Amino acid sequence: MPVVVLPVPASVTIPVSQHIGAPAVPAVAKGDVVKTGQVIATAKGFVSANIHSSVSGKVSKIEPVIDTTGYKQMAVVIDVEGDEWIEGIDRSTDLVRKVTLSREQIVERCLQCGIVGLGGATFPTNIKMTVPAGKTCDMLIINGVECEPYLTSDHRLMIEKGEEVLTGASIIMKALGVTKAVIGIEANKPDAIINLAELSKNFDGITVQPLKVRYPQGGEKQLIKACTGREVPSGGLPLDVNIVVQNVGTAFAVYEAVQKNKPLIERVVTVTGKKVKEPGNFMVRIGTPVTKLIEAAGGMPDDTGKIVNGGPMMGKALALTDVPVTKGTSGIILFPEEESRREEIMPCIRCGKCSSACAMGLEPWLLSVAAEKTMYEKAEAEKITDCMECGACAYTCPARRPLLDYIRLGKATVMRKIRERNTK
Amino acid sequence: MSSTVLLTIIMLSLLGLLSAVILYIVAQKFKVIEDPRIDLVTEVLPGANCGGCGFTGCRAFAETLVKSESFEGLNCPVGGAETMGKAALILDRQPVAVEPKVAVLRCNGTPANCTRTSFYDGAVNCRVAHNLYGGTTSCHYGCLGCGDCVTACQFNAMYMDPVTQLPVIIDDKCVACGACVKACPRNIIELRKRNRKDRKIYVSCVNKDKGGPARKACNVACIGCGKCVKICPYEAITMTDNLAFIDSFKCKLCRKCVAECPTGAILEINFPVKEEKPSEPAVAEINE
Repeated sequence: MPVVVLPVPASVTIPVSQHIGAPAVPAVAKGDVVKTGQVIATAKGFVSANIHSSVSGKVSKIEPVIDTTGYKQMAVVIDVEGDEWIEGIDRSTDLVRKVTLSREQIVERCLQCGIVGLGGATFPTNIKMTVPAGKTCDMLIINGVECEPYLTSDHRLMIEKGEEVLTGASIIMKALGVTKAVIGIEANKPDAIINLAELSKNFDGITVQPLKVRYPQGGEKQLIKACTGREVPSGGLPLDVNIVVQNVGTAFAVYEAVQKNKPLIERVVTVTGKKVKEPGNFMVRIGTPVTKLIEAAGGMPDDTGKIVNGGPMMGKALALTDVPVTKGTSGIILFPEEESRREEIMPCIRCGKCSSACAMGLEPWLLSVAAEKTMYEKAEAEKITDCMECGACAYTCPARRPLLDYIRLGKATVMRKIRERNTK
Repeated sequence: MSSTVLLTIIMLSLLGLLSAVILYIVAQKFKVIEDPRIDLVTEVLPGANCGGCGFTGCRAFAETLVKSESFEGLNCPVGGAETMGKAALILDRQPVAVEPKVAVLRCNGTPANCTRTSFYDGAVNCRVAHNLYGGTTSCHYGCLGCGDCVTACQFNAMYMDPVTQLPVIIDDKCVACGACVKACPRNIIELRKRNRKDRKIYVSCVNKDKGGPARKACNVACIGCGKCVKICPYEAITMTDNLAFIDSFKCKLCRKCVAECPTGAILEINFPVKEEKPSEPAVAEINE
């Protein structure tokens, strides 16, 4: 399924919060004429990211619109007129390998171009590229695992844009000041492994590591364990074991930002599903309505029961299809009716399958009960915040208990309580 | 033989005596002197431990009552004036008159009024649903219908209406403990002044959107037009974030706002049905 570039839609809706952290502040007003690549919302605070216009045209409204969560969120709506780009962006597809910018300039460029982690968490990349004082980093891991089943956007990127991805990796290596990088790819993508292994011979310090196919190996901590054997401590970050992990998509975005000065205004989205006529990977501008993507994939099958934004394990169902694609939209999956309903919830039979399925070594049944009964201290003591919400527990549960539903609630509440405690 | 029995009896007696002495000393040393009135007050309290007073259970409330200088700001919503009067008698204080309250559901998003846009089959829990997404209706302020409030109610004063898909509060049973108010992640339930014959006038909506989107989301949404604010002779209605709010303590139940509301977001409950005036065409017909 090669990546197909979709035409620019008639209108785009660009939410000002497409990343983890504080929402950006709109920098344009209604009626302004903007060009493609222009900053339309500026980062506010340390953890935040710039938002750029993905099209050229006129700002028709700045108001809250319903986004992928179903809640209203501030967004800039732009009516497209032509496709005029701001100056300084190299739109050619020629490969630029020589990295001329210094470490500081690379980080600054990523901040300016609004690069965020494209694996799903959308954490601003410039922060991850700066090793804080007191920490050391000796290795970069590029995540080519493809976080979830069904999704193939990273896979295609590794095949079609292998050199760009590798250059992106070497840029991140330079920013971090490391000499070693490993690209972890699962063994079910032999073409990507062969392609990158061949290409990486021309790049110093970058090696490809084939991995056994397992879910959730796309999680940072699991990937680090699989690639290096190092184990990130509970509550810690990859930097605690001297590692930084970046997604393949992020490496490509970093390449485009640093070498071509191109901000993050488009991304590859997988559209798939059992009954979808023409499933595929589509390069779309940020802010394109999901309906356009579904149209491009041959329209919505009649018996569609659920449309999931993201992967089948961690993704969230969409309540509306008229929502914009954001930086974090990795896939749109259309499930037919018979696959979309959950089965009846039965009482827990204490089989312990969830505990053996948990990649973080937690006890999902306990966490879910603690969250359900609002026993948040217990949930915190049982390390609910270590949960990465991979959904393996709920998937494996023979009683079909909504384990992850409650754990997500408990995790969000505990995190909020911890934040409140820290600010006091 | 007899000496063994004698020895055992003596030994056990000594042991018992020694233990008694130790226990007595310890009991004296660690004696907790508690105001006997706490027990008396606890006895007159309802013993529901609902937390409606804002304290962790009836005994904690009794302790606070005993320690307090006056009853200002302290009230047991379950027992009401009667219980507080008894407590005041025990403690020899002046009871403070507190208006009885009742819980009111500020959402009228029935399937007839508010379109269902999606189907939710996750965990049946409002907090989970609220955390996850905007809800099954076109309104993302309204009731999620999973019944957290019904579960929270200890007085069987609530149930879910399967037709309207909204919780119903039984006025006679509601003691205004506020458990449902805390349980609702969308802050739909409010404690309002309990009027004579449980009459109520309130804005049955919490949608803070502007008029257009609010109306699109729900037929009976408050669109923030401000007509009720203008017509209210008692300045009981305020408008914040495109949402009208009627202060139940200022409202004199004149019902002028009910007739003025263009969407029918203001509800009047338990009022006698107004006598229909004979309409004009009917009169004309008789004349003919």
